[in-house]
Amino acid sequence: MESVQYHAPQSLEDAVPLLKEARTTPSRILAGGTDLLIQMRAGVKTPEMLIDIKKIPELTQLEMGADQIRLGAAVPSAVMDENAELHQQLPGVVEGMELIGSTQVQGRATPGGNLCNASPAGDGAPAMIVSSGQCVIFGPNGTRTIPVEEVCTAPGRTSLADDELLQEFIFPAPKPGQSDAYLRFIPRNEMDIAVVGVAANITVDASGTCTAAKVALGAIAPTVVIATDIAALLVGTKLDDDTLAAAAEMASGLGSPISDKRGTTEFRHRIAGVLTRRVIKIAAARAGERLQ
Amino acid sequence: MSTNKDYKWIGTRPIRPDGADKVTGRAAFGADKNLPGMLHAKILRSPFAHAKILSIDTSAAESASGVLAVMTSADMPDLASEMGEAGESAVDFRDLSHNILASGKVLYHGHAVAAVAATSAKLALAALKLIKVEYEELPVVLEIEDAMADDAPILHEDQFTPGGSKDKPSNVAAKMKLPRGDIDKGFAEADIIIEREFTTPTVHQGYIEPHAVTASMSASGHADIWCCTQGTFVVRAMTAKVLGMDVGKIKVTPSEIGGGFGAKTTVYLEPIAVKLSEKTGRPVKMVMDREEVLRATGPTSASVIKIKLGATNDGKLIAAQGSLKYGAGAFKGSPMAPGCMCVFASYEIPNFLIRGFDVVLNKPKVAAYRAPGAPMAAFAMESLMNEMATKLNLDPIEFRLKNAVKEGSVAAYGPKFPVIGFVETLEAAKAHPHYSAPLGKNQGRGVGTGFWFNIGMQSSATINVNESGSVTVITGSADIGGSRASMALFVAEELDISYDLITPLVSNTEEAGYCDVTGGSRTTFATGMAVVKASKNLVANMRKRAAKTWGIDIDDVTWEDGAAIAPAAADKQPLTMAQIATSAAKTGGPLTASASLTAQGAGAGFGVHICDVEVDPETGKTDVIRYTAIQDAGKAIHPSYVEGQYQGGAVQGIGWALNEEYVYNDKGVLQNFGFLDYRMPVANDLPMIDTVIVEVPNPSHPYGVRGVGETPIVPPLAAVAEAVNNAAGVRICHLPISPPRLLAEIDAK
Repeated sequence: MESVQYHAPQSLEDAVPLLKEARTTPSRILAGGTDLLIQMRAGVKTPEMLIDIKKIPELTQLEMGADQIRLGAAVPSAVMDENAELHQQLPGVVEGMELIGSTQVQGRATPGGNLCNASPAGDGAPAMIVSSGQCVIFGPNGTRTIPVEEVCTAPGRTSLADDELLQEFIFPAPKPGQSDAYLRFIPRNEMDIAVVGVAANITVDASGTCTAAKVALGAIAPTVVIATDIAALLVGTKLDDDTLAAAAEMASGLGSPISDKRGTTEFRHRIAGVLTRRVIKIAAARAGERLQ
Repeated sequence: MSTNKDYKWIGTRPIRPDGADKVTGRAAFGADKNLPGMLHAKILRSPFAHAKILSIDTSAAESASGVLAVMTSADMPDLASEMGEAGESAVDFRDLSHNILASGKVLYHGHAVAAVAATSAKLALAALKLIKVEYEELPVVLEIEDAMADDAPILHEDQFTPGGSKDKPSNVAAKMKLPRGDIDKGFAEADIIIEREFTTPTVHQGYIEPHAVTASMSASGHADIWCCTQGTFVVRAMTAKVLGMDVGKIKVTPSEIGGGFGAKTTVYLEPIAVKLSEKTGRPVKMVMDREEVLRATGPTSASVIKIKLGATNDGKLIAAQGSLKYGAGAFKGSPMAPGCMCVFASYEIPNFLIRGFDVVLNKPKVAAYRAPGAPMAAFAMESLMNEMATKLNLDPIEFRLKNAVKEGSVAAYGPKFPVIGFVETLEAAKAHPHYSAPLGKNQGRGVGTGFWFNIGMQSSATINVNESGSVTVITGSADIGGSRASMALFVAEELDISYDLITPLVSNTEEAGYCDVTGGSRTTFATGMAVVKASKNLVANMRKRAAKTWGIDIDDVTWEDGAAIAPAAADKQPLTMAQIATSAAKTGGPLTASASLTAQGAGAGFGVHICDVEVDPETGKTDVIRYTAIQDAGKAIHPSYVEGQYQGGAVQGIGWALNEEYVYNDKGVLQNFGFLDYRMPVANDLPMIDTVIVEVPNPSHPYGVRGVGETPIVPPLAAVAEAVNNAAGVRICHLPISPPRLLAEIDAK
């Protein structure tokens, strides 16, 4: 890193010329910087220009609507955690974010940054995916909207063009009887990276029957694995132990986890199953509480 | 169980003198020293774990932008092999030199090869890339038993096992044998015999502050060194030896220290910084980053320890046999010997045989880590003690009480124990409510005990009295755990004045009298003794001044409540310390007192830890849910800092047991070179560590002090493992008990 230009546009409009410049100048979008600054220090990323998006009002807004929840890409994780209504509506999404880093890091880390860092072990994405999050992508030619799962394409890579930034997330407000949850496994209790992370979004009816389900697993493949077969298995059942055991077994067969200093392939497969069973139970219990 | 004697200051908990500066960020640590015209130096490190250096071409780096000097081992004198004292352990100065900058061969990944001093750290780093080193790669050996094999790659062609082949070099640098009685007869008489092999991984001390130094060599050849260290005098001695200088030409000034745990008793950067300063005529600063700390500074040894233990049905140990193999890293000098001396030290065993092996391999040279060698030995022995207690159907503490050493017992390593507090510590553990508290599902409890010798060595202290009657107490003992507060408490008690009137300082090697390293749990004991002795000298001097003022005999003057009094002369009003100080010019000049000594009779420390864990049987994750550390302190001078030592040692031991380990690939490259993946416990991984201070005074110390810093890391490994055994129904013999490993153990049940 010789020298780096730093820009902090005050509006989306002000960001446009910078995004245009980013087409030719190696650049990075700077949100909380909790991944990027470390990568720059380690020489892994060597941008010549940083576009700090924390000053853009649309990116730091959190709006709890009746039908949808709009979460700015640069809302700090600590702000999400302090919002009681968000906890009510999207507990799994909050769980994914509040697990990241230390208390100090929580004040900076953002959902947009976590997603666009595109780590296979990112804690934010699985719950955002199962809760049907959409990403509003902003660029010089306006905005486009894609599902969260279409942002990460490979470790460290996203589908965003060089001249685009992630503006906000839009989640449908959960229906009665619907809720989400996220669990990850780490050897410690914080300040660690997921060995496996699993999110579930479950809808139940008054009889306790699962009427809709989404399950997604992180850290077992280059990008988040959406377990449609497990979801199909759950729907129509009462999420009894046998069903959950079958779901766990299916989860243990998913993905292509690597063996590294954080866990072996075999261990990751095992834990994927255990967490899948546990997270479905948690999401279903929360969903049941939302029936009244 | 506290001592009967009442003290005014000893045993109280005043705020530490360095506290406010530390919590407000004002305290200066190793990397905080800056000087005008200062250069920054960086180190080129080996990309191979074992290779011959065929050539080093530094010419391109030397002419690079901003570069003022480049250095290799060729810039240091070629030393002959010579053993010297280095704090608690011995060091071969030639090895030390070759560890600082590789000579001929690189012996571990990250081994320093060259250094560059430049006008900025960035330019120094850029210049490192211009140094061309030609290597010839050699086979790598990382595991202890592989390194001991006949066909193992040899690290040092000139190293032969003492008593072994004189023609065939070996990676076994030293052997040790400690026998007693007849083990064959002993085992024949045993009713129960258990034999198991235990392994522990390479672990790092994990101090938060990386090594840092600033050095400045004057034109007249006088070197100033500022660094974070546990022993300024050892830095001076080592730097002098490695650079061929006289110690009188080197001044070492200590900074505050962000953790040492034994590891900051050697040098890595200091001689390089001094030499580069000499070459450039400018001050030179060097600061390691975390990756360098983990790759290239001394962790402690991995170990392979096999123990066979025999007991009779009535619960008495009758025979024991131990084979203790410690990996030294690239150069000889693992803590094999203290490990062997500690392994059976806590118990009366009539027949035993201990064998130790010091083995070199392609990892960084180990450095001291809190009770060096003892935690691994205790992990093995205490695990077997727990298993034996189960087999004998005895309470594990009761079983230990039946075999515990006490005053008069002959220690396994030779001497007869004086007054020790092992039995009292075991009794305190047994009586603690934790020991009988109920446990829930998937929970288990374990105990472990620990022993450490503690040491005395040399210390000096000077007390200067200010004209107001306040005092400064100066020592050369680095304060790594609250010792300044203890020094002030000794002075307050002896002079019978307020703690607030005392400023304790740790000074540099030219202004403080000689003090050996802060290590071996010796500072509050030994430097404390020097401080007490200096205080007594000062009181004698002040009584003399008062006698002179009053015109009476010194024997008629006593010292009470911070003042000289003449009990037999009713007309003499007490002379306070302030009054004596104010009039010192008229009674013989400024009031100062010094004392130096070689402290004898360091009292051995014994600890007993109780650990409760909860195991998740589906993931193999272990959570420590309750923990109590009980230890004999002799006398706690500042109980908060004694408790801090108990807690800190327990936490490091818990980390060692559960998740800490160096993970190498087969090329000998460390994979987890940061605190993210070198998993020490963080705050919410731990319960509050409860402590009990047992006080069985050490008769060799004026206040009964025993060292307390090291013993607390000895019991946890076995205590945690036994708690896991009881929670999960397994038998752990290999650390760390990481989730994948425990899950495999649970599967194998």
